[in-house]
Amino acid sequence: MTQLDGVVKPKTRRSKRFLQSREPKLTENVKNAMIMKGGNTSETVTKALKDIYALKKPNAVLYKKKNITRPFEDQTSLEFFSKKTDCSLFLFGSHNKKRPNNLVFGRMFDFHVLDMIELGIEKFVSLSDIKSPKCAEGTKPLLIFAGEAFDTDSEYKRLRSVFIDFFRGQTVPAVRLAGLEHVLHFTALEGKIYLRSYKVLLKKSGCRTPRIELEEIGPSFDFVLRRTHLASDDLSKTAHKLPKALKPKKKKNISHDTFGTKLGRLHMQKQNLAKLKTRKMKGLRKRRGETIQGEEEDSAKKAKVE
Amino acid sequence: MAHIETFLLAKAEKDEAEKLKSIRVKKELELEFDLGNLLASDRNAVNLRDFRAQKKEDYLRALARDNTQLLVNELWKMPSERVEGVVVAKLPEPTTRLPREKPVPKPRPPTKWEQFAKLKGIQKKKKTNLVWDEAHKEWRRRWGYKRANDNTKDWLVEVPETADPDEDQFAKRAHAKRERVAKNELNRLRNIARAHKLKVPGAAAAAPSRNELARAEQVAKVSTASVGKFQERLPKEKAPRNRGKKRAFQPNIGDFSTERQQQLELLKVIASKKPRMDVTKAVNKQMREEDMEAASKKRKGAGRKGRKGGSAPRGKAKGKAKAKGQGPPAGKSRQVRKGLGKR
Repeated sequence: MTQLDGVVKPKTRRSKRFLQSREPKLTENVKNAMIMKGGNTSETVTKALKDIYALKKPNAVLYKKKNITRPFEDQTSLEFFSKKTDCSLFLFGSHNKKRPNNLVFGRMFDFHVLDMIELGIEKFVSLSDIKSPKCAEGTKPLLIFAGEAFDTDSEYKRLRSVFIDFFRGQTVPAVRLAGLEHVLHFTALEGKIYLRSYKVLLKKSGCRTPRIELEEIGPSFDFVLRRTHLASDDLSKTAHKLPKALKPKKKKNISHDTFGTKLGRLHMQKQNLAKLKTRKMKGLRKRRGETIQGEEEDSAKKAKVE
Repeated sequence: MAHIETFLLAKAEKDEAEKLKSIRVKKELELEFDLGNLLASDRNAVNLRDFRAQKKEDYLRALARDNTQLLVNELWKMPSERVEGVVVAKLPEPTTRLPREKPVPKPRPPTKWEQFAKLKGIQKKKKTNLVWDEAHKEWRRRWGYKRANDNTKDWLVEVPETADPDEDQFAKRAHAKRERVAKNELNRLRNIARAHKLKVPGAAAAAPSRNELARAEQVAKVSTASVGKFQERLPKEKAPRNRGKKRAFQPNIGDFSTERQQQLELLKVIASKKPRMDVTKAVNKQMREEDMEAASKKRKGAGRKGRKGGSAPRGKAKGKAKAKGQGPPAGKSRQVRKGLGKR
């Protein structure tokens, strides 16, 4: 038997489980992020990467060593690392004269780069610069996007999608209300993107819903959009494909009108009125004599026709 | 009495309004929520005047506060329940479509047996795990270690009457078992190969064609030390086609007159001072010259066109040149003609 390329047979139970955890699944795992720096990084970029790692922590890998690659020129090494660590999100930081304080946010599909968006840091306040109590690690943040650019500009739209993908964390069926304590607010304004991170303080309002106060905890960024590498429509379509098993089943004969009223359609066979059982009354009861007469008449008629 | 009632109602309403005031936010356009992702998007245009007038950070924080308040209001509306003393709100499914990490898993292609079973309508039957072992008088596993009715563990094997008395029956059994295991493994690998659309080893390849067989036979025939000279012919074997002599040599001893003729001709060629014409070489030379000429002509024309067209795109330049060619000549060419006329 010749070697089968790409067919890896696990030799132990443990490795089998490991491989199974990496197989494509119907409902997927949380996307992991790898955070790496390029050949040269400034202090700002290094700190920024560390802070984003702190925000993303249980689902991220922070690479300690430099990786001299240029994501916009050659993606092979990124793809290699993605396969190695099973990460489908990446954040790449670099710093050079042409593009100072550069962050590349990106995501992969099937270990190939899907979208990449390059952002330059104009202003940066680190997590450690602001002395205040921070949120617990792994908190699912509230994500808020403000600014019309996120709905009109195609690049901003994709950026929004990348940010949601990057920061949303686990998908959960329920959430502890008191545990909603972290807000990431993205504002697109005058060609800049302001990322602010706040801690939520729930105050009494007199009714059930609390009043919200915010306290900045960092990191906060002022980004400018630089280069982008967006997936082609074809690729993004395949990436967005919903498995058949997960599609909600269509319920037959149920529809909703514009007001949200549920309408049902019934299919009924035609009722046989002859067999309808009505209330019997003594007065309407058939007598023996009548029926015989009727039948006789019938037979007489038939005879005439013939 | 009625007076007091209305007063009280009004007061209650006012209180309620004041309570709500702290959590109410006014927005021109309503926010879009995706509560499954704890996500809100505010499509309202940011008020630039306010943004510039205030300190930037304060403005951003105020905006964030309002948006968060709206999102929290929405979240608090979700049905909640108490789980282990903590209030938990149920979230709907996320509505924002995000790309998958990996492609949708494909179902495993059926094995050869599964295909066959489906074709024949054979259904899987569940076998009990434990089987009664007659020898040990107990229930044992059907397969594996310490299995029931294990014939490899027999200490005595009857030699069948028809069998060779010197044959080792234990070894025979062990060998048969090994064979079965190997066959199973091979089938497993073949199933994998089929699943990955590789060439399935061991499967009968397509029968070789007549020609292929004939060629193989010929090759085999000449693959001897004497290049097939002493090979016998097969019955009904045809002589190979297109297998003529590669080189024809003149006989060593034979017709002297023709040989003489050839030698004399050769001498004549050598002795003559007139260069001998190589026809093929001459033709090639002629053809090449013609080609060169045509190319140079073309290049000249293209150059002129380029100059006239300037930096306009190529296609357009061509069109212009054509038009000019048809119309009255302009520029240098006209001057040249004038000159000609004077002469």
